[in-house]
Parts: sequence; structure tokens; C-alpha cells
Amino acid sequence: MVDLNNVSEALQRGDAEKVAELVKQALEENLLPKDILENGLIKGMEIIGVKFKKNEVYVPEVLIAARAMHTGMSILRPKLIETGVKNIGTIAIGTVKGDLHDIGKNLVKMMLEGAGFEVIDLGVDVTTDKFVEAVKEHKPNIIGMSALLTTTMVNMVEVIKALEAAGLRDKVKIMIGGAPITQNYADQIGADGYSPDAASAVDKAKTFIA
Amino acid sequence: MLIIGEKLNSARKQVREMIENRDVKSIQDLAKKQVEGGAEMLDVNSSAASGDKEENMEWLVKTVQEAVDVPLCIDSPNAEEIEKGLEVYNWDKGKALINSITGEKEKIDRLLPAIVKYKCTVVALVMDERGIPDNSKTRFEIAEKLIKVLTDAGVPLKDIFIDPLVVPIGTGDKNGLITMETIRSVKEAHPEVKIVTGLSNISYGLPERKLINQVFMILTMSCGMDAVIIDSTDKRMMAIAKTAITLLGEDNFCVGYIQAYREGKLTFEK
Repeated sequence: MVDLNNVSEALQRGDAEKVAELVKQALEENLLPKDILENGLIKGMEIIGVKFKKNEVYVPEVLIAARAMHTGMSILRPKLIETGVKNIGTIAIGTVKGDLHDIGKNLVKMMLEGAGFEVIDLGVDVTTDKFVEAVKEHKPNIIGMSALLTTTMVNMVEVIKALEAAGLRDKVKIMIGGAPITQNYADQIGADGYSPDAASAVDKAKTFIA
Repeated sequence: MLIIGEKLNSARKQVREMIENRDVKSIQDLAKKQVEGGAEMLDVNSSAASGDKEENMEWLVKTVQEAVDVPLCIDSPNAEEIEKGLEVYNWDKGKALINSITGEKEKIDRLLPAIVKYKCTVVALVMDERGIPDNSKTRFEIAEKLIKVLTDAGVPLKDIFIDPLVVPIGTGDKNGLITMETIRSVKEAHPEVKIVTGLSNISYGLPERKLINQVFMILTMSCGMDAVIIDSTDKRMMAIAKTAITLLGEDNFCVGYIQAYREGKLTFEK
């Protein structure tokens, strides 16, 4: 019988092969896909997130754990769909117009996926229109915007205004982040949430889908 | 090797507050400290401070130039701030370096007249509308394009500083190598063109960042780096830079190294 703690631990080590092997074995042993996801993969990613926040693990270790998560998910996903297990929520994220920084945005994306969200990655240099289109098309619970420059963070306001103009503002929660962003700024522009790091972003996102 | 002091950057919270509070003494002290540490030019960036962007840059350039005689590197993502910085710059203190233009056409067109007018030196980043290329070949192609645009406008090769860009090694195993390969290929094609970069991005997300920054500085210097934007108040960093300069054959009879030793600049607590 596969111990799901071993899945979590292999994921934390970034051992994608071991994760794949254990997930396959667990499925063969008829463990519930939902349990494998929650008590294996998500649990492992959560621990990585907490350790990252405390500076106990570093960026490359998060990336390699996320890769192991992806490997595990690629095996698990068809079974999750078969058994009707849904994502805990949908979030569309991107770095705002004029800004090409993607490291922070990607870390947040990985952490959210690790927590069971469906993440629609809009990429970098995302125009206001593209954010609005994403809300119409994917109907996400949350929009996440990242900016690393003081010159581009102002574009967050444009997105919020455009969502208001399109009558969509009350359909989504808006979360923002990035080096120059503060809670003050989030309050000032009327965003629903701010988080200083990738792990807190997950906690914040969860409060919006509860 | 040109040492550019990195500390007067508004991305740092203390500096941002000094600018917002118009704290002349703290800014001037930080400028002097960097020059005493061995900086031959100071980077000044005010763009993260709140308030009027152009007034902030004007105040910063004037305040720093009152305190020190080294030239400045006027650093901003906004053309307006750079133009303001150049306008109020005291040219008796040596040529200003503007930081920066990129391969984005809009940005080049906007700043080219000022570069030509003031005959200043210029940092050109090897990125364009598509972002930062993940390979040295494309970065080199952008460098070629930038060098052509600048020389066509009459900027001498020696006044062009190419920034090969540094992406964190923690997000890609080859990121250090890509920077080094870019330096080598640009230097090989244009020995007169200079290479400059800020190094500290390399260590983002990893522990003991200073160690990585120091080793990366040495590696890039050996590839042909001409100028580095570093913390010149960091004694160990400066000792390593000085020693590397000597080992790279830029220090006749090791005079600079020996002098640095006699001044106590090569001994430090661990």
C-alpha cells in the first residue's frame, strides 16, 4: 500500500520519477484520486510553500518541486476528471502591460496549482483588454496581477477601471503583487487583496473562494 | 575596469525615503561613502520614489553632484527622467552615462536625440519587445542592432556600453553562461564597445547571495566585462575586484594591488 506521505516527500525533494511511480502505484491500488491529490501532491507543495516563506528552501527547489507536481498531475488528471473531482477555483494571472518580469508571477502560479487551483496564465506584458477578455472567457474567481516596476504598476488601475466599465468588477476578486506593491497601494486602487510572497498568495486566494 | 556604485537606487527602501524626504545629508553621505570605497562613477535612480518624477531626478542629480566629483550613471526606465537628469547635470564632472535604452524602437527613438545632443555615453540592454532572450545568439543580434542604430546616429563605439543582462541562476542552469557567452561574442565583434552589467540579479532566490555575486563578477570580468555596477562599500567585493583587475593584466607592475594592500583595503574580517 502506497503511503501518501512518501508522495509528498518525493515531491518536496523534486524527485519527479519517484512521484510518477508512486502515483501510478497508488492508482493501481485503487486509492482515490482525490486522496492522492490532496494528501500527496498538494500536501507536499504546501510544505514547500511554507518552507519557502521561511527561507528554508530556495527558488530552484520550489521550481524542481513544481516540476514533480506537474509530472504527478499529468498522470492523475485523467482520473480526477473521470471521478468528477474539480479544481478548488480558477484564477487568471499575468504581469501587467509594459512589464516583462515573470519569475514572481510563475512562482505564484506554481503555488496556486500546487494548492489545487486551475491557473490560466496570461503571460507577461498583458494588456488591459486581455485581462477583461480572460474574465469573459474563463469566468475565473480571481484575477491576479503582477508588476515589478513603479512605472507599470499604474496599469493595474486601468484593468480595474476597465472591468468596472465592462460591468465585470463584481464577478471577480482582484489580487495584486510584486516588488513595489504594498497593502496601501492595493487599498488605494481598490484591489481586493495583496500578498507579499507566493505562499501568502495561496492563503489569500483561498479566502476568496471559501 | 570601471566600478559603478549601485547604492543610490530608489528600489532600496531607505534611499526611496531619503529622496521623498529630500534628505540631503543622508544622500550625500551615501554618495561619499561609495566614492571612498572605490566607486569611479555612481548610479542614481529615483524612479520608485513618490512625487513628481522629474523633480525627484533633478534633486538627486544636483544633490549628489554637490557632494562628489565622479560622473553619474543616470538610471531610469523613463525617458523623461533621463532627459531631466541630463538637463541639470554638471558636465565639468565628466561624461554622464545614461542607463538605459533597449532594442524597443520607441525607446531608442525617444532618447537618441538627447544622447547625440549631450554626447553622453549610453547603456544599451540586449532586450526588445519580445522580452529578454533566453539565448546568447539572440542577445548578440540585438546588441548588433543597437550598436548599428547608435553608430549611425554618430555615437562613437567607445561611448556604447552593452548590458548583456543577467537572469537569476536559480531559475535556469544556463543563465550565467548565457550572460558570459553574450559578453564574449559582443567583445569579439566590437572590441571597442564596452560591456557593463548589474550583477546581483544572478543570485536572486538563493542563500549567501554575496558569494555568488563575487564569483560571478570574476567570471564575467574574465569574459571581457568593462564596468560593473556593485556595492563599492563592500570591502570584500572591492578587494576581489581589485585583485581580479591585477590578474587580468590591467595593473602595471601590480602597483594598484600593492597600493590597495598598503591602504588596508585588502584585509578584512571574514
